[in-house]
Amino acid sequence: MSRNLYDLIGLAAGICFILALKGLSSPKSARRGNLIGAVGATVATVIVFFYANEGKALNNQTLILAAIAFGTLVGVPAARKVQMTQMPQLVALFNGVGGGAAALVAIVEYLKLGDTASTAVVIATVFTVIVGCVSFSGSIITFLKLQEIMTTRPVIFPLGRQIIALTLIGVLASGGWVISAGGTTPLLVNGLLSLLFGVLFVLPVGGADVPIVISLLNAFTGLTVAASGYVLQTTLLIVAGTLVGASGTILTRLMADAMGRSLFGTLFGAFTAKAQASVGETEARPVKSGSPDDIAILLNYAQRVVIVPGFGLAVAQAQHTVRELADLLASKGVEVAYGIHPVAGRMPGHMNVLLAEANVPYEQLVEMEEINPTFPQTDVVLVVGANDVVNPAAKTTPGCPIYGMPILDVALAGNVIFLKRSMRPGFAGIENELLYETKTTLLFGDAKDSLTKVVSALKAL
Amino acid sequence: MASELMSNEIALLAIFLLSVFVGFEVVSKVSTTLHTPLMSGANAIHGVILVGAIVVADHAKTNLELGLALAAVILATINMVGGFVVTDRMLQMFKGKPKSKKDLGEGK
Repeated sequence: MSRNLYDLIGLAAGICFILALKGLSSPKSARRGNLIGAVGATVATVIVFFYANEGKALNNQTLILAAIAFGTLVGVPAARKVQMTQMPQLVALFNGVGGGAAALVAIVEYLKLGDTASTAVVIATVFTVIVGCVSFSGSIITFLKLQEIMTTRPVIFPLGRQIIALTLIGVLASGGWVISAGGTTPLLVNGLLSLLFGVLFVLPVGGADVPIVISLLNAFTGLTVAASGYVLQTTLLIVAGTLVGASGTILTRLMADAMGRSLFGTLFGAFTAKAQASVGETEARPVKSGSPDDIAILLNYAQRVVIVPGFGLAVAQAQHTVRELADLLASKGVEVAYGIHPVAGRMPGHMNVLLAEANVPYEQLVEMEEINPTFPQTDVVLVVGANDVVNPAAKTTPGCPIYGMPILDVALAGNVIFLKRSMRPGFAGIENELLYETKTTLLFGDAKDSLTKVVSALKAL
Repeated sequence: MASELMSNEIALLAIFLLSVFVGFEVVSKVSTTLHTPLMSGANAIHGVILVGAIVVADHAKTNLELGLALAAVILATINMVGGFVVTDRMLQMFKGKPKSKKDLGEGK
């Protein structure tokens, strides 16, 4: 295959990626957009087999095909079987391995080129290694946080700021070492320090901000791919990587806006945040807890009920039960809507995916800006396994980790019911004053059990 | 010769810069509902680094290079294939489209 033909087909694949991103930006065309992207990526992968070795079969072709088969066998079942609740961490993981792959590609090309590499190529290699490694190890840490294998709270250690600064200096210095002296040892040192930096960079990020970090690392990986495209002189990789880098940066900003965070504050907030008030002392304060019957009565005589679903609902797999409750209330003439916080669940839009999975009618899902003005006319708000997104501390307590995040103003409604597993604070680890208000009723237990009990109590009325 | 090389570099720079603008432009207005699938889809797209991984695996001269390149092929495939599949799964769930966006939840 000639270079020109290869580049032309590569261009077509690049256009596929542009159309894919465009399609993914609107609900109607999203699925088609994703398919177009997949077609582009497949075409790009297939044609390289006909081009890379001047039309002959590739060296190591069997091994390459086996590696692709193996990757597919790992990736597809993971993507198919993952619970929708665990999807954010899977995306983080996919992103991390992509960054790792880009770093490896640049390293191998560097080993091959040896002294013949031009300075520009070496600089691009160093960039790829640094950002790829940061993206890889950072994504692994976000995965561990979201999977709750490790704590979701910011991890702050003594002299953390100094250690991170030193590591960053080390990363840059070793990068300079590679550029000036060359050789594998400097590159290895550079790679290892970058991996360490990725870990240190993500550790202090609080749980609620992790999605923003995933998005940022996603953009990073895009740029890494673009840089490795430069190293390999492959236009397609430059186009694809840059597209993802640029759109990922915008998306990161949109997400940060939705959460009312400055990007800077998200990434470096952990350094400046004061220690939070200890949770223990407040736990002894009285709360009003009710039986499923009390709650059924409250709901039954309401005119308007807003359901605020949170991650706890998803964990309990209670999407279907909550829909049953909503249908039952609607059949009794109660007006029901769902108030969806932009970051309900673990990622922006995550809750919409989860409820759509349970066939909740799309029209009942109301976004925050639209539902907030309706809370004063709402009799009962049913908060199912959510906490941070209704926590007034975001408005009232400067310095707390979620301060400034827009919240659902459920406190304006007549009554608030919390279905919670325990008094444990939410993902961000902050006490919620709303739980102690007199208009608040709590029902402890697994969200699905509680909802089932409320549904049967409601049927008995 | 030198000028030819130069113009190639400039062309790559132009491609890079234009891609930046296209990338910015194409996602500047997205509802929060689609943030997660969009991120996931973009994530799958950078899995196309698989192309680079295949190229370096073909060029590899030593066993070390080959080993690293094959590892890159595996990781990139997971990124690309897994990414597109999981995005599709997410989007599949948005089937029941809103009939009219206007009375979304306005109710009465």
